[in-house]
Amino acid sequence: MTMLRRLLFVLPLLIFAAAAAFFVWGLDPDRDPGEIPSVLIDKPVPEFSLPPIRGSEPGESTSTGLSSADLSGQGITLVNVFASWCMPCRAEHPILTDLRRQEDIRLVGINYKDESEEALAWLDELGNPYDAIGADMEGDAGLEWGVSGVPETFFVDNEGIIRYRHVGPIHETELDDLILPILEELR
Amino acid sequence: MRRIILLVLFCLVLPGSVLAVQPDEKLDDPALEARAKELSAEIRCVVCQSETIETSNAGMARDIRILIRERLAAGQDEDQIRDYLVSRYGDYILYRPPMKPSTWLLWFGPALVFVMGLAALLVYLRKRRPNQSATDQLSESEQRRLAQLVEEDRQS
Amino acid sequence: MIPELGHFSLVLALVLAVVQGFVPFVGALRGDSRWMEVARPAALGQLGAIALAFAALTHAYVVSDFTLANVVENSHSAKPMLYKVTGVWGNHEGSMLLWVLMLALCGAGVAVFGRNLPATLKARVLSVQAWIALGFLSFTLLTSNPFERVANPPLDGNDLNPLLQDPGLAFHPPLLYLGYVGFSVAFSFAVAALLEGRVDAAWARWVRPWTLAAWCSLTGGIALGSWWAYYELGWGGWWFWDPVENVSFMPWLAGTALLHSAIVVEKRDTLKAWTILLAILTFSLSLMGTFIVRSGLLTSVHAFAVDPERGSYILGLMAIATGGSLALFAWRAPVLKAGGLFAPVSREGGLLLNNLLLATATATVLIGTLYPLFLEALTGGRVSIGPPFYNYTFVPLMLPLVAAMGIGPFLAWKRADLAGVLGRLRIAALLAVVVALATWYLQNGGPVLAVLAMGFAVWLLAATLIEWAERVRLFRIPLGDSWRRARGLPRSAYGMSLAHAGLAVCMIGMTGSSAWKSELVEAVERGDNLEIAGFTLTLQDVETRPGPNYRSTTGIFEVTRDGRSLGVLEPERRYYPVAGRNTTEAAIRTNGLGDLYATITEPPEEGQDWTARIYYEPLVPWIWAGAAMMMFGGLLSLADRRLRVGAPRRAARQNTRAPVAAE
Repeated sequence: MTMLRRLLFVLPLLIFAAAAAFFVWGLDPDRDPGEIPSVLIDKPVPEFSLPPIRGSEPGESTSTGLSSADLSGQGITLVNVFASWCMPCRAEHPILTDLRRQEDIRLVGINYKDESEEALAWLDELGNPYDAIGADMEGDAGLEWGVSGVPETFFVDNEGIIRYRHVGPIHETELDDLILPILEELR
Repeated sequence: MRRIILLVLFCLVLPGSVLAVQPDEKLDDPALEARAKELSAEIRCVVCQSETIETSNAGMARDIRILIRERLAAGQDEDQIRDYLVSRYGDYILYRPPMKPSTWLLWFGPALVFVMGLAALLVYLRKRRPNQSATDQLSESEQRRLAQLVEEDRQS
Repeated sequence: MIPELGHFSLVLALVLAVVQGFVPFVGALRGDSRWMEVARPAALGQLGAIALAFAALTHAYVVSDFTLANVVENSHSAKPMLYKVTGVWGNHEGSMLLWVLMLALCGAGVAVFGRNLPATLKARVLSVQAWIALGFLSFTLLTSNPFERVANPPLDGNDLNPLLQDPGLAFHPPLLYLGYVGFSVAFSFAVAALLEGRVDAAWARWVRPWTLAAWCSLTGGIALGSWWAYYELGWGGWWFWDPVENVSFMPWLAGTALLHSAIVVEKRDTLKAWTILLAILTFSLSLMGTFIVRSGLLTSVHAFAVDPERGSYILGLMAIATGGSLALFAWRAPVLKAGGLFAPVSREGGLLLNNLLLATATATVLIGTLYPLFLEALTGGRVSIGPPFYNYTFVPLMLPLVAAMGIGPFLAWKRADLAGVLGRLRIAALLAVVVALATWYLQNGGPVLAVLAMGFAVWLLAATLIEWAERVRLFRIPLGDSWRRARGLPRSAYGMSLAHAGLAVCMIGMTGSSAWKSELVEAVERGDNLEIAGFTLTLQDVETRPGPNYRSTTGIFEVTRDGRSLGVLEPERRYYPVAGRNTTEAAIRTNGLGDLYATITEPPEEGQDWTARIYYEPLVPWIWAGAAMMMFGGLLSLADRRLRVGAPRRAARQNTRAPVAAE
C-alpha cells in the first residue's frame, strides 16, 4: 500500500481535527458571534455635520451642534451615540458622567433618531455631561459612523483618528480592565 | 450573549415597528426600484443579522434601503453604493462576499473539492476498469482475480 | 411526583445504556453469546425508560404543571392543547428528550428487527448505539434536565414563542430529529463493520433500509421547515441558506450519497471504504448540526438555547464519536477488500459520479457555512455568505447531477453503452430543449440559469418516465401485458422513479418561484384595488378578531380575475399578549400552478393606511409536492426492502427446519 493511499484514509480525520480546532476557538465565551468590528478603527472620523438639538437654550452644550471639525486637535474625545428611547443608554449615563468628570477627556454626543423635546427632557432629568451634542434626526450620521445600535461609543484621539469603538453600554465593571487602559494608551 | 438576545427581541417584538420594505420608500421609476430591490436583497441587516435589509424590520435596515434609493436616484451605480456601505460596515454587510485573497478559498473551494474528487475518481476508475483488449497483459494478481471472478460467476 | 419519576426513568435509561454499551461489546470480543444477548433486553428497557420520561414531561405540559421550570418558560395555561403537547419539544431541554427517545427507538428497532444479523455484528452495532445514547443521556441529565423544579411556582407560564405555535413547526422537529438520529444506525453499522473488519453485501442490505428511513424523515423535516418559513415569516421565501438550514441540509446531501453508494456495495461488493466513510460523515454532520444550533457558534435566525457550555459538551461528544470513528476508519478501512471490476461507463460509474457531485455539494454547503468562522478565527475579518454564493457554487453542481440522474437508471452494471442509452433518451432531450426554449420565449429571455434549470428538470422527468415505460414495454406489447408488468415491478423500482421525478418537480417549483416571482407592497385602505399577475385584490374590510391566546387584525381581500370572483384572502397580523409578540399569518390561495400570497401589517397609528404585501409565486407548490414525492418514493422502497430483507430469513428458517424433518 502506497503512502498516498494511506494518507487518503487519514485525510477525513485530519479535516475533522482542523474543523474541531476552529469549533473550540469559536466556543470562547467572550466571543460574540454577532459583533461586527468597526472598519473605521485607525481611520479619521467620517465627514458629518449635525445641527444642535432643536429648542435647546443658547449657550448650552446642546445648542452648538457637532461636526467632524470638532473632533481633532481637542485631546481625547469620546463620541457617544445615544437616544432617550434607548434603555441601556440610561444605565450608561452615570458612568459616562463620572468618566467625563474624572478623566481628562471630552465627551460629545450624537443624539440618534430622537425627538428634540424628549432628548432635552432626558438630559434635564439625568444631567448633561456632553461638551457638545449633534442631533441626528434621520440617522444619516449614524450610517456614516457605521453604527449598528444604540448606545455606541467611539474613542477619538487628538489627531481626529478613531481608535476604539465600544458596542453597547459601557459597564461599570469594564472601566478598570478595558476603558481606562485604552484611554491611557491614547494619551 | 445578552446583546444577541437584545437584538433578537428588537427584531421580533416591537409592536408597531416598521416592517420590511414600506410603500413610502419605493421609487417612482420601476426600473430603478427593481435595481434597488435587487441590491437590497444582497445587503445584510446589521441589527437583525441573518436577514437582508429587504426583509428586516429594523429601523437601520430602512435607513439603508432609503440610502440605496437616494443614491441610485442620484445616479450612483451598484458598485459605488456597495463600496460606500463596505467603507462603513465592512465586508460583513455584503451577502455576496467580495473576491479577494482571503475569500479565494471560499469561492474556489467547491471547485477545488470537485477537481480533486474527480481526479481521485478517475484514478479509481482506471484501477477498476476490466481489461478488454487481448494485447494488454494481465498482472499476476489480476489473473488470479479474474479466475476467481469466473469461478464466482459460474457458481452463482 | 410524576416529574421525579420521569427524572428517575431517565437515570435508569442511562444505567441501561452503560450496560448495553459494554456487556454485548465484551461479549462480541470473547464470542460469548449470553453476554451478547444482553443487548436486546437492555435496548428495549432503555426505550421503555425514556418513553416513560417523555410521557412524564408531556403530562406536566398537558396539566400545565408550573412547578417545572421548563413548563413555566415554554407554556401557558391558555395555550391550545395541540401546542401544549408540541411545546414539549419546542424548547432545548424537551427537544433533547425527544432526541434520546428517537435514538432509543432506533436501538430497539435494530434489536427487534435484527434477528437475522450475525450475532457479533448485532452486538457491536447495539453497543455503539448505546455509546451514542450514553453521550446524549448524560448531556440531557447534566446540562439540560427538563425535570428541574422551580422554588416558587408562578401562577402561569411565559408561553411558547408564538412563531412556534403552528402546525408546520410543531411537527418539523420530530421529523428532523428522526432523520438525524436515524443516521446513527448507519453510523453504528459502519463502526461495527470496521471493528469486525468486514463489509459485505449483507451489511449493505442492512444499512440501506435504516438510511432510507432516516432520509425519508429528514426529507419530510426539511420540507416542512421550509414550508413553515414560506407561510409564516411573511415574505414568501422558503430557503435562506441560513446556517441552521444548512446544517440540516448537509446530512441530507451526504445521506443521499450514502443511499446510492450502499447500492453499489450491495449489488457489486465494491466501494466499501467510501460507503463506510459516508455513513460516518452523514451522522457526524447530524451531530454537527445539533452542535451548531445549540452552541450559538454562528449567528442565525433560528438559533435557540444558545449556550457555549452546552456547546462544549456536544463538541466533546462529537470529538469522541466522529474523531474516534474516523481514527478507526484510518486504521481499519485500508484492510477492506475491494470487489468487482467495472468500466467507467456503467451503473457503478454513474453512481460514483452521483457520489462525487453530492459530496462536492455537501462540501460546498460546509464551506459556505463555516467559512465565516474560519475567517474570523484566522484574520478577525467578518464575511457574510448568502444566497449569491450558493447560486454561483451549489446550483451549477445540481445541473450535471440532474443530467446524470436521467441517464443513470438506464446504465447496465459493469459495462454500459452510453450512446445507446442517449439514443433511447432522444425524446427526453427534445422535450427538455422545447421546454427550455418555450420558457426563454415566455419569460423574455429570463435568467439563463432558470431557463437551463427548467430544461434539466424536464429532462429528468421525461427520462424517468421513459425508464418506467421501457420497463413495462409500454406500447410495444399490448396494454394489458404492460399493466401486468407494471404491477409486477418491484416497489423499489417505483420508489426510485418517484423520488427522481420528485426532485424534478421540486426543481421546477424552486426555479419558478425564485426566478419569476412578482411582488407588490402597497399602502391600502378599505376599497383599494391591487393588481398582480392578472389577479385583482380588493380590500373589503379590516377586522379585529379574538383568538384563544392572541388577537388578530384580519384583512379581507376579495380576489377576482377577469371580473370573476375567486373567493377571499384573509391575511392576519396576530398579537400574543403573554409573549408580547406579533406574528404574520399569510393568506395563500393556490391553484396548483402558483400561489397568490397576501399579508397585512397594521398601521402604526389608528386611522392610517395598512401595508399590504402581495406576492404571486409561480409553481411554488411544486416544491413541496416534489418533496412529498421524494419522501413517498423512499417509503415505497422501504416497503419493498422489508420484504427483501425478510426473504433470507424465511429461507434460513426452512433450512433449520429441514434437518429436524430429516431426523
